[in-house]
Amino acid sequence: MPPDLWSLYALMLKSRLLEEAVAMFWQDGLISGEMHLGTGEEAVIAGVVAHLREGDAMALDHRGTAALVMRGVDPVLLLREMLGRPDGLCGGKGGHMHLFSKEHLSASSGIVGSAGPTAAGFALASQYLRPGTVAVAFFGEGAMNQGMLLESMNLASAWNLPVLFVCKDDGWAITTASKALTGGDLNERARGLGIPASEVDGLDVSAVWEAAGSAVERARSGQGPAFLRARCVHFEGHFLGFQLIRLVRNPFKEMPKISIPLIRSLLRRGGAGLRERLSGMKTVLGAVQSTRRDPRRDRDNDPVRRARMALPSDAARLQELESQVEKEIHDALASALEEVPS
Amino acid sequence: MRTMFFTQAVDDALARAMADDPRIVLFGEDTPLLRRELLVRFGPKRVRGAPISESAFLGAGVAAALAGLRPVVEIYMVDFLGVCMDALLNHAAKVETFSGGKWTAPVVVRAPCGGGYGDGGQHEQSLWGWLAHIPGLTVLVPSTPADAGGLMLAALRHDGPVIFLEHKLLSETWLEFLGSGGRRTVKFDIPEEGAKGPVPKTWEPLPIGKAILRRTGDDMTIVSVGSGIHRAIEAAEALEKEEISAGVMDLRTVSPLDKATICESVAQTGRMLVVDEDYEAFGLSGELSAILLEAGISCRYARVCTQTTIPYSRYLEDRCLPNATGIMEIARQLMRS
Ligand SMILES: Cc1ncc(C[n+]2csc(CCOP(=O)(O)OP(=O)(O)O)c2C)c(N)n1
Repeated sequence: MPPDLWSLYALMLKSRLLEEAVAMFWQDGLISGEMHLGTGEEAVIAGVVAHLREGDAMALDHRGTAALVMRGVDPVLLLREMLGRPDGLCGGKGGHMHLFSKEHLSASSGIVGSAGPTAAGFALASQYLRPGTVAVAFFGEGAMNQGMLLESMNLASAWNLPVLFVCKDDGWAITTASKALTGGDLNERARGLGIPASEVDGLDVSAVWEAAGSAVERARSGQGPAFLRARCVHFEGHFLGFQLIRLVRNPFKEMPKISIPLIRSLLRRGGAGLRERLSGMKTVLGAVQSTRRDPRRDRDNDPVRRARMALPSDAARLQELESQVEKEIHDALASALEEVPS
Repeated sequence: MRTMFFTQAVDDALARAMADDPRIVLFGEDTPLLRRELLVRFGPKRVRGAPISESAFLGAGVAAALAGLRPVVEIYMVDFLGVCMDALLNHAAKVETFSGGKWTAPVVVRAPCGGGYGDGGQHEQSLWGWLAHIPGLTVLVPSTPADAGGLMLAALRHDGPVIFLEHKLLSETWLEFLGSGGRRTVKFDIPEEGAKGPVPKTWEPLPIGKAILRRTGDDMTIVSVGSGIHRAIEAAEALEKEEISAGVMDLRTVSPLDKATICESVAQTGRMLVVDEDYEAFGLSGELSAILLEAGISCRYARVCTQTTIPYSRYLEDRCLPNATGIMEIARQLMRS
């Protein structure tokens, strides 16, 4: 059965518009601390979440908003949560890194790698209480170096747990290019633990949908865990206001703040020889360079746009769908900004 | 006198020590870019990036210390010590005793701590009490740039494992990275005196385990650490107008505690008010009362601490973490009791 591209696109668009509203809140200072968006990874989330049904569980990382809205959590509740309102999803006490929906068996965490044990535990409960249901873990490629995630993959393999491990690989862990600090190949790691692994283009929602479909079916039918690696991008870098992105977007403003103390330190007496110093400088400049050339800065890599282009040509249907989703988010936004009932 | 920001002072003292001692190496997640000024001066061999594998690299830091290096291991936030506590709890802290006093692990664990900027309770904890509970760990919590630099130097010279905590509200670097992100639309209640201040011309190590009286007062001794010091001073200044004279003692070191100085001050004032951003139960505030009881000092006692998981909403967070208003209220009650 081919995927229903229209509904996948609707899921992605809804999540994108919601997160754009969240970004606006953040810019306006209505959200105070860190804000990690899932913009750029919508195809990965949609392609997986579309397979989930009643009783399935999700273990989410610090970018859980997209998965929750696609899973059916009311966008109003999500927006109110971000605003820290008592009528938010978690009473304003969780915030975007700690979103919980008991109804959807979905738990988030800001502790990198913790989606592993959480999904394994959800899946264990599935085996006893809800046979035929599955658990999904969403995490980044950086998390693949966290012990508890690797241990959970082994646990899921050893106990034949119905878990789908989804690695959203954008190549970056904050300022670190993950490749430089990751030994071997991630798919081989999974296979080495006895877990079948597949790799898809995470910007292509159909491809994700297909790969996730067979993995979820396997898990439902008691054949154990699977690993899915999907490459994607994060348009905003690690989080909103990310220094490296700001530097590239606004070099005249941001560069002096960074370069002046840097050069001063480079020239300070005491320390390494010139070669070592220059090698350090190369690392810093390299990070700026790779941000500048980064695929995340190329709009052609926008999965929402790609999904839109892949739709069969039907202008009327497209317009109807888009205005419906836009209206939903617009109304949610208005409702989220209503005065807090006293 | 030079003036520095808090994190700048730590890095400056660290650079000074690194220039003198080639055994000092630095590593952690994103350390090359976050400590880029040290990177370009000391090179990538001494300032390294680590994968998100805290139990591996903290455990390795402890063993590297046993084998002759002086590693400074950066943990992104003190909260994340949860994933790698074993390296501290069962290894770094134990080796001196287990080796019959013949071997120690001079590792410095550097981590930001504390809340007040809206990240919620998995990223804003203090946890110094939790760490200080373990015999064998030294726990430092500076409150000013001068102390931060001096204590970092002391940590680097110390022969056992040291946890060095930097309150994020005092650190312009962390607040810009995690909080404002270049925005002008958010405000944080930053204790100015702690965020930027005079530092000595040349860094000298401060003694570990020495508290300091930041403000004298006859009616009570307010005892605190980190950014709590500045909340306490703010409260003490306001209380002055109500004719309540409160002294403020900065512990600077949570473990080992400066029992003598604490007891001396409280014996004089007869009242102790503990302001602790860390959790109230089973922690620093209770320990301080035990010290007084053991020393036979009778006094009136109260505390303003964090009692619950820190909620995300800034409004709720402000009510959860100790602040000047709350301190004043409890101080007044303490005067009446
Ligand atoms: C245990 C732990 N260590 C470090 C951090 C700090 N941290 C937050 S997100 C992140 C990078 C995660 O990278 P990745 O898993 O690839 O996810 P991405 O953010 O790229 O989506 C780090 C190091 C954390 N939250 N938890």
